[in-house]
Order: sequence, then C-alpha cells, then structure tokens
Amino acid sequence: MAAPIDAAASATSAAEDRISVASNWTLVWWRFRKHKLALLSAGILALLYLVVLCPDFFSTQDPERTDARQAFIPIQSVHFFDEGRWSPWVPGVVGKRNPVTLRMEWGADPSRKVRIGFFVDGPAYKVLGVIPAKVRLIGPLDPSQRIFLLGSDRLGRDQWSRIMHGTQTSMTIGLVAVTLSVVLGIVLGGISGYFGGWIDQVIQRLIEILQSVPTIPIWLALSAALPRDWTPTQVFFAITVILSLIGWTTLGREVRGRFLALREEDFVLAAELAGCSRARIILRHMVPTFLSHIIATSSLAIPVMIINETSLSFLGLGIRPPAISWGVLLQEAQNIQTLALAPWLLLPGLLVIVAVLAFNLVGDGLRDASDPYSK
Amino acid sequence: MARFILQRLLLLPLLMVIFSIMVFVIVEAPPGDFLTSYIATLSSSGSSIGAEQVEALRAQYGLDQPLYVQYVKWMGNLLQGDLGLSLEYQRPNSELIGEQLVLTIVLALFSFVLTWIIAVPAGIYSAIRQRSVIDYVLTIINYIGVATPNFMLALVLMWGAFAYFGIGITGLFSPDYQGAPWSWDKFVDLMAHVWLPSLVLGVAGTARLTRVMRANLLDELNKPYVVTARAKGLSEWTLVLRYPVRLAFNPLISTIGWYLPQLFSGSLIVATVMNLPNIGPLLLRALVNQDMYLAGSILLIYCMLTIVGTLLSDILLAWIDPRIRMDG
Amino acid sequence: MTPAAPILSVRDLRVVFDLDEGQVRAVDGVSFDVQPGQIVGIVGESGCGKSVTMKALLQLVDEPGRLAGGSIAYRRANGTILDIASLDPRGREIRQIRGAEIALIPQEPMASFSPVHTVGDQIVEALQLHARQWRPDGGRLSRADARSIVVDLFRDVGISMPEQRVDAYSWQLSGGLRQRAMIAMALSCKPRLLIADEPTTAIDVTTQAQVLALLRELQRKYGTAIIFITHDLGVIAQMASEVVVMYLGRVMEQGPVDSIFHAARHPYTRALLRSMPSLRGTTRVALPTIAGSLPHPFNRPAGCPFNPRCEERAGPRCATHVPELREVVAGQAASCFLHHDAAEAS
Repeated sequence: MAAPIDAAASATSAAEDRISVASNWTLVWWRFRKHKLALLSAGILALLYLVVLCPDFFSTQDPERTDARQAFIPIQSVHFFDEGRWSPWVPGVVGKRNPVTLRMEWGADPSRKVRIGFFVDGPAYKVLGVIPAKVRLIGPLDPSQRIFLLGSDRLGRDQWSRIMHGTQTSMTIGLVAVTLSVVLGIVLGGISGYFGGWIDQVIQRLIEILQSVPTIPIWLALSAALPRDWTPTQVFFAITVILSLIGWTTLGREVRGRFLALREEDFVLAAELAGCSRARIILRHMVPTFLSHIIATSSLAIPVMIINETSLSFLGLGIRPPAISWGVLLQEAQNIQTLALAPWLLLPGLLVIVAVLAFNLVGDGLRDASDPYSK
Repeated sequence: MARFILQRLLLLPLLMVIFSIMVFVIVEAPPGDFLTSYIATLSSSGSSIGAEQVEALRAQYGLDQPLYVQYVKWMGNLLQGDLGLSLEYQRPNSELIGEQLVLTIVLALFSFVLTWIIAVPAGIYSAIRQRSVIDYVLTIINYIGVATPNFMLALVLMWGAFAYFGIGITGLFSPDYQGAPWSWDKFVDLMAHVWLPSLVLGVAGTARLTRVMRANLLDELNKPYVVTARAKGLSEWTLVLRYPVRLAFNPLISTIGWYLPQLFSGSLIVATVMNLPNIGPLLLRALVNQDMYLAGSILLIYCMLTIVGTLLSDILLAWIDPRIRMDG
Repeated sequence: MTPAAPILSVRDLRVVFDLDEGQVRAVDGVSFDVQPGQIVGIVGESGCGKSVTMKALLQLVDEPGRLAGGSIAYRRANGTILDIASLDPRGREIRQIRGAEIALIPQEPMASFSPVHTVGDQIVEALQLHARQWRPDGGRLSRADARSIVVDLFRDVGISMPEQRVDAYSWQLSGGLRQRAMIAMALSCKPRLLIADEPTTAIDVTTQAQVLALLRELQRKYGTAIIFITHDLGVIAQMASEVVVMYLGRVMEQGPVDSIFHAARHPYTRALLRSMPSLRGTTRVALPTIAGSLPHPFNRPAGCPFNPRCEERAGPRCATHVPELREVVAGQAASCFLHHDAAEAS
C-alpha cells in the first residue's frame, strides 16, 4: 500500500508558513497595517510629536511677542508662485480704523508682498533647551517683518507659533499622564490580581472609591488648590499627576482581570510545572499576553487626557499663562463677540479634534490588531 | 441581588464620610483662606480693611480654629441639613444651590434621555445594516463626536448662531422668565431652551453609546438563540427586537452607572461656556474665591449624585436581567 | 426500498461562503431524499458541511454564506411541492414552513435559548405564531392556552414538574432538561419533518441515551420524519434507517443503515468504520486512523475530495475528475470511480 501522501498539507502556501513562525508583534503589525485610517493617523501623530520635540523650529517667531498694533490680524494665506516662478509670499496687511466701532479692520494690501522662505534664519532659540539654533521651517526673508500664517490674537501674538508651542504642552501632558496611569495601573492592578487576598480587597475598594469620584469637579478643585505662585513647570507636573490620579483605575481593573484570568490558564500552569520562577512567569509568560492590549488601551486613554487638560485650562484652572497649551489658546476664544471678529481663534480646537481623532483611530487599530484570536 | 443592593446602601454613609473628608481637605488645601483672597480683592480695588477687623471676621467664621474642629462643625451642620453660609454672597448655601441644583439635574436627565433616544436606534440600525452607507456615516459621526470636547462644540454653535444668525443661544430661559417664579409658561420656555445644551452635553456620550450598542448587538446576532428564533418562523424584525436587541441592551444599562455621573460633572463645563444656571459655574467661582463651604457643599452634592447614579444603574440592571436578579 | 413520494428531496444543493480570502464551497452538490416518517442519518467529520446543509434546508444560512444552487423540493401536507431553495430567506412563505412544518433542534441547547426569557415564553411564542396552521379550528391561541399546551409538551418529553419548569430560565435547567425543552419546542407545532443537528453532542453520555430514546419514541408516536446529524457512527446505527455519509461538502455514499455498516463501498466510509472503536475488537491494537488531515477549506483538492487521503485510489483520474454519486447496488449509492467502473462492467 502506498504511503498516504498528505498532498493538501504539502500544498499549504508559503504564506501560511510565514504566519506560523511570525512573532506576536509581527502579527500585530501585519494586522495594524491593514487599517489604512489608523496608519494615516499614526503618521499625523508622528508629525505632532515632531513638533513636540522642537516647536521653535516649526514656529515663525517668538510665541510671546506682542504688538498691540497688530491685534486680530486675519490668516495670511501662503502663495507659492509669483508671476509663474517659485517665490513664496504672503500678502501684506493694511489696517484701517473703523470710525464707528473704533476697531481696526484689516485688509490685504495687494501692493505689498512679504517674501517668505523655507529653512530661513529667524530669531535664535535652543533645541530641547540646550542646542542653540536659529533655522526655522518657514519664515519671512526679511527678519524685521512678521507673518501671521494663522492670524494673531488680541495682543498681536502670532497664533501659528503659539499653536506649535501649545502642541508641545498638550501632547506631552497626555503622554506623561497616561504613562503615569499605566505604571500605577500595572503595578497596583498586577499586585491586586496576582496576590489576591486582603491586598486585592484594599486595592479594589480604593479603585471603587476613586471611580465614584465626580471627576471634573474634583479635578477643578484640586487644580484650584495649586498655589498661585508655582512656576509653569510645577503646575504642569501637578496637573499631570491630578489627571493620572483617577485615570489609572480603569487600567488597574483591566490588568487585575487579566491576571486573574491568566492565573487559571494552562500555559501558566505548564510554566509553573516546568519550574519557572514567579518573576519569570509574570514577566515572560503573563505580561506579554496582554502587553499589546495595554498599549492599545493606553493609546485610547491619551486623547481623554488631552480633552481633560484642554477643558481644565479652558476654564482657567489648568495650565496657566504664560505657559501655552491648546486649552490656554482656546481661552482667547471664550468671548463670542471676539470670536465673531476673529473666528481663527477657534483653530486650536480643530487641532484638538484632529489629535484626539488620530489617537482614537490608532488605538482602535491597535486594539483590533492586538487580539490575534478575534475576527 | 437584594443583598448586593442592601450592601451598597449600607456602604453609602461610609462612602459619604470618606468623600466629605476628601472634599474638606481639598477645599482647605489652598494656602490662606477666604479672608486672604477677600483682602486681596479689596486692596486691588483700592480699599483696605483693618487687621483687627480681619481677626474678628476670622473668629466669626471659625476660620481661626484647628482644621479638625472646622471639619466636625461643618459635618455636624451638614447632618442637620445646614449647608452653611456662603462667605462671598453672605447667603445660606442651600439657597444659592437650591434652584440651580434642580436645573443641573434637569439638564443631565434631559441629556441622558436624548442620548438614549438617539444612540439605541442608531446602534441597532448600524449593527443590522452593517457595512451599509448609513453605518459608515454613523461611524464617522461617532468618531468625531467622541473627539470633540464639549466646550468646543458649544463654542462653535454659539459662534455660528451669533455670527450667521445674530442670535445668542446661551442660558436656559428667555430674558422674560429669567427671574420669574415657576409657572407652566416658564416650564415650556425651559423645554424650548434645554435641548440644545443637552445635545451639546450628550454628544460624546451618544457617540460612545452608539458604538457600544452596535458592538453588543453584533455579538448577540451571532448567538445560536437567534438561529433558534429564526427557525421558529419569526419575522426578522420581530426576532431581532425581541431577542438580540433585548440582550444587547442589558450591558448598556450598566453604562448608566458611569454615564449619568459623567453628565452631572460634564454639565459643569457646558454650563460655564453657555452661561447656564447650574451648580457648575457656582462651584467654579467658589473655588476661585475660596468660598470653601459653598465649594465643599457643591462637591459633596456631585459625589452624592455620582453614587446615586451608580446605585440606580445597579438596581435597574437587576430589575431587567433575570441572571443578575436571581443570583444570590 | 422503493421511494414512493419523498417528503423532502434535495438535489445538487450548493452553499458558498464569500470571505475576504476567497470563496469557500461549504456544500458542493449534495443530493438525498427523506421519506415520510423515516429517520435519515447524516454523518461526517466536523467541518464536512452537514450543519450548513441543514441550515440551508430552512434557508437559515448566515452571511457571508448563501445558497448557490440546487433545489430543495418539499412536499406539503396537501401534496403540492415547494422548492425551498427558491424562497426568499426573509419572506412569509419560508416563515410559515419554519417551526410549523420543518422544525430544528439545534446543536447547543445552552446557547440556543435566550437567557433572559423563560423557556416557556419562548415555546409559547412559537405556538402562537403558527396557531393558525396547526390548530384544527385555525383560530387564535390565548397565552393561557398556549401555556397549558407547553406544560403538556413538557410532560410528553419527560420533564418532571412541568408547571414549574415552564417558568424557568434555560440556565436554571440541566443540560438534559434543556435539550428536552428544545425537543418540546421543536415538536410544539407538530412539524412533519424534524432536523436534529447533533442534538446529543453537548450532553453527557447517560443523558444522551435517554434523549435518543425519547426522539425514537416521539418519532413512532407522531410519525415525524427526522434528519439526524451526527459525527458519531454509533448513534447513527441506533437511530437511522437511511444513512448519508458526507465529506468536504459532498455526499460520499448513501444507503440503508445495514448496507452502510456491513457492505460499505466508498473508501471513505470504510476508513471511517475502521476508525470506530468496537467493544468486540481486539484490545491493545492501535486504532486505525485516516491518514493525513482534513484539508483547509481554501485548499480543496482537485478531483475527488477524498483522493489525497484515499488508500484505494482507482487511478490518476481520481485527482482530476470529480466522481458523481451513482447507484452501485439497489438502494445504495457511492461517488467513487472504483464502483462506477464495477457498476458499468456488470
């Protein structure tokens, strides 16, 4: 009798072989790659974090530079060609005082073209606070000119440059607050889930209490309690801590649940029988099974932190001027009359939406990709 | 289940004690007290107040006593239903909070109802017509809804209404009814104004709820009992509404536990931006001015509302789901 | 056996699933007949398309699957013939058949009842829905009447304390009771054909025997035809009078139960029978298995679906041509070139 040939098995394509030896992370990446929107969002986030690294390079000028005579200048649109040749410029503006309302009314001055360029030298700054530099992504060729790519506010500050610096604060706060939450969540949730018993009881009650706290009012009260004379850096860290103080509970619960479920899993039992140490079981066998899940959950937590920070600062109880964050910028848009006059002051809000949207899409993509057994 | 709810009820006083301590510590935390910020306000307006006078006031308000004494006094008064005196307004806190609290709850409940009326049908439709055009449109709206901060939406709406239609959409009443006593007309006026802020307040929640409903229903639609019901000969809509929707609905009830409290505290921001009579803006002002008993009372009310919201959802869930009702 | 007028006659039934990765032919040209009052056993490994075939009989195939061809001729009580395959899966006509004339006993009694409705309510619903069809007077049925019918049904299927059990939720019942309740539901409208999809897989062995006995008894009592699906040859031997053997969505062999067990023709049936443990067999001998493994649905072998694992191949055409199902002796049909040749030669 001929030896039975498993033709079907030998016919399995190379693709199947590739899948069977791929590591978990490779699988996650392959699945993530399929979500085009998530991929695009990841690109946007990368860009935003580039701005975080060096906002000065992306701004055209000092974000604090005021000039009362240049208040509420509308957006100056960039033109790339002049008479058919590459020569970027923005139209100059000319102001006229309205004799009735006594307000400045700005109009484009077609006779004057402000030449701009890319990678031009501007006011000096320091990369990450140490490396002196003066090259800027975009700026006027004539350093004595000011350009307002996204308009100016009531003090004549350049909104474009302020948004770049606001991005740094807001994006960092989200990241740091979530990192803190994750550390707290994994440590406390892990302890709770792995050891059980009275430790678990204590931590669970703590989580329950924290979760029945009305978040926004308590955040406000805590921020209001921060001393007025703290430096912006101190306030920044305090706000971060306040935000993560309540944020960790969800993650803590999740980690605990995973630990409880995993303790019963056969592969953990197998590892125990194989004589693995407790630390090795936790770190090499248990944590990797839900690490990708934790990352997905965290990337969904960052946008919540960003919205919270923005809301707090908008109400005047978060980041305080002179520090700049998206929420601080939106404070300028609080007055409806002002807004009717200078609608571009709402633009930082658009950026909040884009950033939050991007984080949510990436988070959803990661979550779908991180569960290899889901459909 | 009855035992579980009883346990919760028994825990309530303990929880309130913990919260009251927490709240007291928080409102006490800022350096100085109401009088220091009062003096600062006075001096910035050019007038001043004598040191003796300050001490007299401090003694009058009990601000010179040790913290624990202040706390015990405050708690004692609270237990007798006395929320204390607002240092800034010189009026009883209960009076200041009173009507605003009712309006706060009305706004949150209205928003809650609106959310469910929109989210549940939208979620059902999205799940049943998965991958249809409307499903995609709803999904996009949901993503944007979740990503837009409340206050941002309020700002855009207010700006749009003002800039293009020249109308203000702030407040909960027309000017005529602002200070008027309660009447049927005033109630109608309130209903005409309350839906827009409710919608703004509920947008993120609606988006989230739609997604939860859709995901739950998609899970349930694949369960064998759906095949059983279909094999019985039920029409598609009848069976979907009677079985999987009913089951997908249950986990939704448990979201009330966090959603309702979230609406209470979320209304703070919307109310501040849209200038609504609400305990939120009152709290904000009290915090800034260190009007500590007013702030403390409002914070405690928020805690109370949160706990009640969670409790309500537990009871509702037990009532609707036999698996939980009969368990223990 | 001379088929007079089959109650159900399936011809060349095809069900495909359109997946992102490609099309899967889950049922690939299945034909069989069911005579009134007969128990037909359908047997095959898991994944051979038996359950999908049964769902297709009631137009219950879920997305992304769909009926891709063939006919399902169902003879109604008045003698008219209805092609179920041509009905709209959501239409009124099929809904009048479902539950009322052809009923289904699903695989997992646990998950097949809604956990938030009482078992009684779910059966009452079916009774009221089809009241006009099964009641002699054709009238409506009140809830109270329906309930008392359910109590009787429960007594019939051997559920103790039926009055209390009617108001129970499915998760309060034991596995055996749940399956009995399911049978009660399937029988509630006095169907003419019952499809039992592995009704005993999810319950333990002793209960299994009781449920099988119950089904046989009810079949005798009401004269219902039953299509009985299982992967367990032992159960088939006990229950069925006619057997259909399926592999990869195709019928390999069919015939009366005795011929299948004692004179199997198709190499697959024979391999299947060999791999069945026997009480009388020699002990301590390795049980023969079927070589190789079930191919991945995307990698259907060309030619006869069983040819890569077959030990008695008829020649190279096994791998190129699909053998059709042909009668090899009276009442017994096989789809294998070995027997086609034999049948032609004789």
